[in-house]
Amino acid sequence: MKSFTFSRATNANAATHAASNGHDTKFIAGGTNLLDLMKLQVEGPDALIDINHIGLDSIEDTPDGGLEIGALVRNADLAADARVRKIYPVLSRALLAGASPQLRNKATTGGNLLQRTRCYYFYDTTKPCNKRAPGSGCAALAGFNRIHAVLGTSESCIASHPSDMAIAMRLLDATVETLKPDGSTAAIAIADLHKLPGETPEQETILERGELITKVILPPPTPGKQVYRKVRDRASYAFALVSVAAIIDKNGAAKMAFGGIGAKPWRVESADDLHDADEIADAVLAGAIGHGSNDFKIPLTRRTIRAVLRDARKG
Amino acid sequence: MDQTLHVTLTVNDQNYALRLDPRTTLLDALREHIALTGSKKGCDHGQCGACTVLVNGRRINSCLTLAVMHEGDAVTTIEAIDNPTITMLQAAFILYDGFQCGYCTPGQICSAAGMLEEIAAGMPSYATKDLDATPQLSGDEIRERMSGNICRCAAYPNIVRAIEQAAP
Repeated sequence: MKSFTFSRATNANAATHAASNGHDTKFIAGGTNLLDLMKLQVEGPDALIDINHIGLDSIEDTPDGGLEIGALVRNADLAADARVRKIYPVLSRALLAGASPQLRNKATTGGNLLQRTRCYYFYDTTKPCNKRAPGSGCAALAGFNRIHAVLGTSESCIASHPSDMAIAMRLLDATVETLKPDGSTAAIAIADLHKLPGETPEQETILERGELITKVILPPPTPGKQVYRKVRDRASYAFALVSVAAIIDKNGAAKMAFGGIGAKPWRVESADDLHDADEIADAVLAGAIGHGSNDFKIPLTRRTIRAVLRDARKG
Repeated sequence: MDQTLHVTLTVNDQNYALRLDPRTTLLDALREHIALTGSKKGCDHGQCGACTVLVNGRRINSCLTLAVMHEGDAVTTIEAIDNPTITMLQAAFILYDGFQCGYCTPGQICSAAGMLEEIAAGMPSYATKDLDATPQLSGDEIRERMSGNICRCAAYPNIVRAIEQAAP
């Protein structure tokens, strides 16, 4: 691991101020993804700012019946919160489908949104990767790409977004609130937080240097049965090949968001009006491109949509 | 010049004043600086669970956290002698032969101790059918909740039996 200086921030303003010093400074919260990448020298920040003691670790009711989730709320606590289990079971299910209990005890709401892809070549510093080393090329395009994305990719990068939590939050139309080093705040629709790779896959979000996620706001959910279905290689502790977060209303209409297949949490709003599983799949998978080993994700997504709707409509 | 930091870690109710490079993980601090070698280094990337310890009663991968982030926390390892849950689990693992080589066992036991606390606190898992109900310990729940701990010898059936036996 490359050496770095370490400091502990006592409030959010101090943290963002310290992170705007022009160096490669990173916030560390749970650290489960960042330290993993630092050990492999995929990440090599000059400075780490420990943000575990700045508050932002509670879940509050909002006046309209939604929830305001502090960025430092641990994944395990968010999944277990009685309100989340009752009002947003799709979020509890998505969180519980991700990682291991040890990791969920550390991983935070903000950190989960910013976790990096698990593309093998992003992790392997001996291989070209435009995300890790811009301009070096993409070894996944013609390499082992079973876990890679089929939607939103580019000639520069076909990495998939790894999160389960973010898929449920995308379905629930979450808003991400941030604090910038100049003290101003921003409210970002989760649809706009992550960028598609295009020619700059190293830029994964619209966040600026030193900008800190402070909370995530969930509006009250639209009515209907909430489902999270994850298809993976192992029954537990594995990333999604395909995952579907869905709300199916009493008329059988479904809102869906998808993990495992997109360069970012994937959602096609225009499919909300459709009832037939294959018509939904056609709309969601429009423009999908397989790269060899991950071709199977396209029919697998279609079958998973069918399964979700069939089970939900059975009651 | 590399930074070194003074940090006091509280491990199994004892305080240890250390000078550490900030890169030192909690696992390396325990093993290399405090000589508590019960917590094991398997993958060093949070995938195997051999390094599992309890921090303020919650199980975490000690390889994926920096020691300097744990000033003021209560760390519990397999060496804890006055933790009744860990003691009970140790006895049950011996009784039910919940290991072969034993390398993953400290992590399995600390993880199981944390898991039993999580069940007692009513925290759900992916195996919990009804999110509104209080989760109950079952084979399916144990297997799901222990999936962050790998056993290369595949002693899983006896690990599950040992945990069932040790559960209150």
